[in-house]
Amino acid sequence: MSKRKPYIRKLETNWWLKTGFYTRYMLREGSCIFITLYSLILTWGIFNLSQGESSFNMWLDTLQNPFFIILHLIVLIFALYHSITWFALAPKAIALWVKGTRIEDSVIIATHYAAFAIVTVLCLLIITL
Amino acid sequence: MNELKEKTYKRSHEPVFWGLFGAGGMLCAFITPVMILITGLLIPLGYINRSHFDYNNLHAFASTWYGALIILVLIALPLWHTFHRIFHGLHDLGIKRGRDWQRVLCYGFAFTVSVFIATLLFAMF
Amino acid sequence: MNKKTIVIDILRYRPEMDEKPFTQSFEVPYIEDTSILEALQYIKDHLDSTISFRWSCRMAICGSCGLMIDNIPKLGCKAFLRDYYPNKISLEPLANFPIERDLVVVMDDFMQKLESVKPYLIPGDNACMSSGEYQQTPLQMEKYKQFSMCINCGLCYAACPQYGLDNNFIGPAALALLARYDRDSRDAGSAQRMKILNQEEGVWGCTFVGYCSTVCPKKVDPAAAIQLLKVESSKDYLIGLFKPD
Repeated sequence: MSKRKPYIRKLETNWWLKTGFYTRYMLREGSCIFITLYSLILTWGIFNLSQGESSFNMWLDTLQNPFFIILHLIVLIFALYHSITWFALAPKAIALWVKGTRIEDSVIIATHYAAFAIVTVLCLLIITL
Repeated sequence: MNELKEKTYKRSHEPVFWGLFGAGGMLCAFITPVMILITGLLIPLGYINRSHFDYNNLHAFASTWYGALIILVLIALPLWHTFHRIFHGLHDLGIKRGRDWQRVLCYGFAFTVSVFIATLLFAMF
Repeated sequence: MNKKTIVIDILRYRPEMDEKPFTQSFEVPYIEDTSILEALQYIKDHLDSTISFRWSCRMAICGSCGLMIDNIPKLGCKAFLRDYYPNKISLEPLANFPIERDLVVVMDDFMQKLESVKPYLIPGDNACMSSGEYQQTPLQMEKYKQFSMCINCGLCYAACPQYGLDNNFIGPAALALLARYDRDSRDAGSAQRMKILNQEEGVWGCTFVGYCSTVCPKKVDPAAAIQLLKVESSKDYLIGLFKPD
């Protein structure tokens, strides 16, 4: 008779707290909750825009509340974390071959950061000019 | 070794959601931080004058077809990204029950908000 | 003279007598160039001969001695006591696999996954013996070489929470192996393998955690293989919308 009795371990629900790598993954995935909040704040703004000038100004006033300032600061940190992780993983999803060699990961990442800087400066210029 | 008959494969519809996730994620990565900086911090704190973001300008912009489209994409597309992650995050957290309902709720919410924004923009036309 | 020693905790499981695994501590002499595998051999030779673990080549080529060292999947032959000294080292069987006995895991499912991706050259319609050998340029080989370096050690499966959460997922090594044949210029089996990719448990079971590529001892980068296959599967989905087969 076989004495085999394979022992099956279940992945615990808190598996993502056990290794730093997994925790960073969950933070990356968790950034989406804050970006969702931001999109909803903007949706609320568009709603106010459609309701007329006083409504829209009230929305802008509300955003001056310290609660919203702190919330936006947290959202910004998570959004930046999303950008950093997105750029870091980008080379894995892009395979560009030029003359028989694959373009270096660092080149792809640097290109992303350059584009990010350009977009950021451009947006700031558009809004202030 | 008795698996001689060809296995049947079922195609997933994930590419649709993954495509929207990727597009939204790309948008978020490049432009969301500066958007938050402008609308959430610099304007409320007064570093950028409110006159650059006032009702008349914005309303006029939202009333053009391209302005409406830009606003819709900037606000709604990130939701398709975030709710894709929320949907998969629920699985990561071990919530295995009612995956179909979770899917409907997640993407349904993104869809509803998208339609809501589109309707508001359409009304301003 | 006081000789330096190091403590190793091993998760043990003896199916014929244990209900569940338990931890047993061993104290082994500390020498700078002792690998974890050699420490296990020392334990088996001198301290407890009943302990079970897999090993063969001692040089990171056979892929037998994978185990969790301080909760990180590694090859026992490629990790050394000096990386941990003077701390205690914890050894457990590879995560996400059933435990057969002590540090030995059941790899049947993994092997089956590897087989399921048709890991062999599938010749095109007009390939015949008389047309001679398949020829390939170095550049054509370069396109898949990285993915052919896999030694089937299973570390990436132990690192993949998606496989741990749902073992229907084909998993990192098998998908990297699929990419290896898909990219081979001598192969014409892409359409057959596309059906495997397109499934929920194909590439779409992956959420790009990326740990598989970090733990891979041969730098295969399964995560990259899977992302690129997702792009291929998406293209195939689009084509399928207009041209259903």
